[in-house]
Amino acid sequence: MRRLLSDRWAVAGAVVAIAFVLMAVFAPALTAITHNDPYTYDIPALNPSGVPLGHFGGVSGKHWLGVEPATGRDLFAIVAYGARTSLLVGLGATVLSVVIGTTLGVIAGYRGGIVDTLLSRFTDLMIAFPSLIFMIALGALVPSSFPKQLFMILVIGVFGWPQMARVTRGQTIALRGRTFVVASEAIGARPGHVLRTGILPNLASTVTVIATMSIPAAITTEAALSFLGIGVPPPTPSWGRAISSAISWVNVDPWYLIAPGGALFLVTLALNAFGDGLRDAFDPRLGGGRP
Amino acid sequence: MSWLSYLTRKVIGMLVVLVLVSIATYLIFWIFPANPALMSCGKPCTASQLHQVRELMGLNQPIWRQYLDFLGGIFAGRSYDGGTITCAAPCLGYSFQHHASVTTLIGQTFPTTLSLAVGAAVLWLVVGVAAGTVSALRRGTLVDRGVMAVAIIGVSTPAYLVGLLAILFFGFKLDIVPVGGYVPLTSNPAQWAFHLITPWCVLAFISAAIYARLTRSQMLEALNEDYVRTARAKGLRERRVIGRHALRNVLIPVVTVFGLDLGGLLGGAVITEKVFSMYGMGALLLDAVAKTDLPVITGVTLLAATFVVVANFVVDLAYKALDPRA
Repeated sequence: MRRLLSDRWAVAGAVVAIAFVLMAVFAPALTAITHNDPYTYDIPALNPSGVPLGHFGGVSGKHWLGVEPATGRDLFAIVAYGARTSLLVGLGATVLSVVIGTTLGVIAGYRGGIVDTLLSRFTDLMIAFPSLIFMIALGALVPSSFPKQLFMILVIGVFGWPQMARVTRGQTIALRGRTFVVASEAIGARPGHVLRTGILPNLASTVTVIATMSIPAAITTEAALSFLGIGVPPPTPSWGRAISSAISWVNVDPWYLIAPGGALFLVTLALNAFGDGLRDAFDPRLGGGRP
Repeated sequence: MSWLSYLTRKVIGMLVVLVLVSIATYLIFWIFPANPALMSCGKPCTASQLHQVRELMGLNQPIWRQYLDFLGGIFAGRSYDGGTITCAAPCLGYSFQHHASVTTLIGQTFPTTLSLAVGAAVLWLVVGVAAGTVSALRRGTLVDRGVMAVAIIGVSTPAYLVGLLAILFFGFKLDIVPVGGYVPLTSNPAQWAFHLITPWCVLAFISAAIYARLTRSQMLEALNEDYVRTARAKGLRERRVIGRHALRNVLIPVVTVFGLDLGGLLGGAVITEKVFSMYGMGALLLDAVAKTDLPVITGVTLLAATFVVVANFVVDLAYKALDPRA
């Protein structure tokens, strides 16, 4: 823990990430300060061709990050409510892939033999799978009545577990050979007991590190799906969709790209920095990416 | 184990995986929707038209029969509607919305994706490995910190964001590169490269970051190994120690990641193609998704998976060539 606190990058990352979580949780209260919400149009804030009036895409006391071109909706509200979508899907998908990955990894590592061989081949295949292509294709098939947040949590989680499985399998194999596990088995403990007391507690730190590092990946994937039009449907705010709509405005109103894009970039960078720090603090041998 | 038996085993493994993937793809994408014919029928769609389309697409057949027809089409070609529509081998299905075989559609869009993927891959591999090596050799210096700071920014930035910013800055503001589009290599090589330079750089910036981080950590590990110390103790020049002894070992994991990335990218650089308005395989897929054109979705997905499986195979072979112990 002390190692983690002495890592300035990691601390800064954690602070920024917590700030985003607070912004998402308190989005209604924060936008209420300026009497805004992400749905109300504000046409007077735009010029006749739909471009926001004023500097930086219409930044003012009422609109902290400016307004959306063509509709005049408040960009801060869109970013704050969009954080809810991003973080919900990012965390949900990560939880799902942690559960699937750890379960399969521990089974493969503990059972060994043919079970291990089959599961490992399957993991190899999944790790290399063109998952974005599959997610897009599945997006075409899922009925429009199915909640899109849940759909994204499911697909990102289901395609996101292989890394976790691979690492937990390796660790389980290593733990299985340790004296305390061998001793526990020798006095006749059931596999369930050995897993609960000997294996799982010792996997906790590794699982935490990998889970933290996979949250930003899940958030980026959510934004990518929304960017491609497979994500949450309008008018639910989403960073990815806002960035996608910014394509046609990038020349006349670049600020419309900067606000949601900056938010996505910041939260990903913060979580990556925190994840790197966590990894270095828990297990320096996992390989440092930073000096 | 001899090379030949190794190769045979790998090829058989690859074929088994491909068959499994094709069954899975086929099942998911044909069973999931309530009515594929309705989706391929177009609007408005009368009852008799719908029946006709079902007949045409072979949807009245049991699913295993449809799958076998699909497989047969890949090897021997097939025809629809009693022979009025033919689809020559390798037939990946027929799009009743485009009125063209999926193979033809992929053939039209693949050169775009190939140009994009290969150019970017070469660029990011060279830049990433070079940056990572320099960073490791100058560990702790300003150069190292600079490279790693840029790398973590690259890892954290989505491709479309960098792409859009590049279009905004270099395309619109400075006006030195095109803001999108694609010119075939065969029609004008100079324009081809000119239109691709921005997407190449954008993709390379994102991926080179991953390679730089990977190369750096592997190189640091290699520099602590006994064989590097031995090589130095023998009196070899530093250049040779790094280039021949350390880098060769560093490249093993790098090649693994590279092969898989390239395979994945060939399957459709969906996002980059959208940002730079290029009509490649990714754009074809997005289009098909928007119009629920199932034969195209199945074909592209299956081909994307094939690229990954083949890339895996090539990586395994490269492994054996690079690492005599494997």
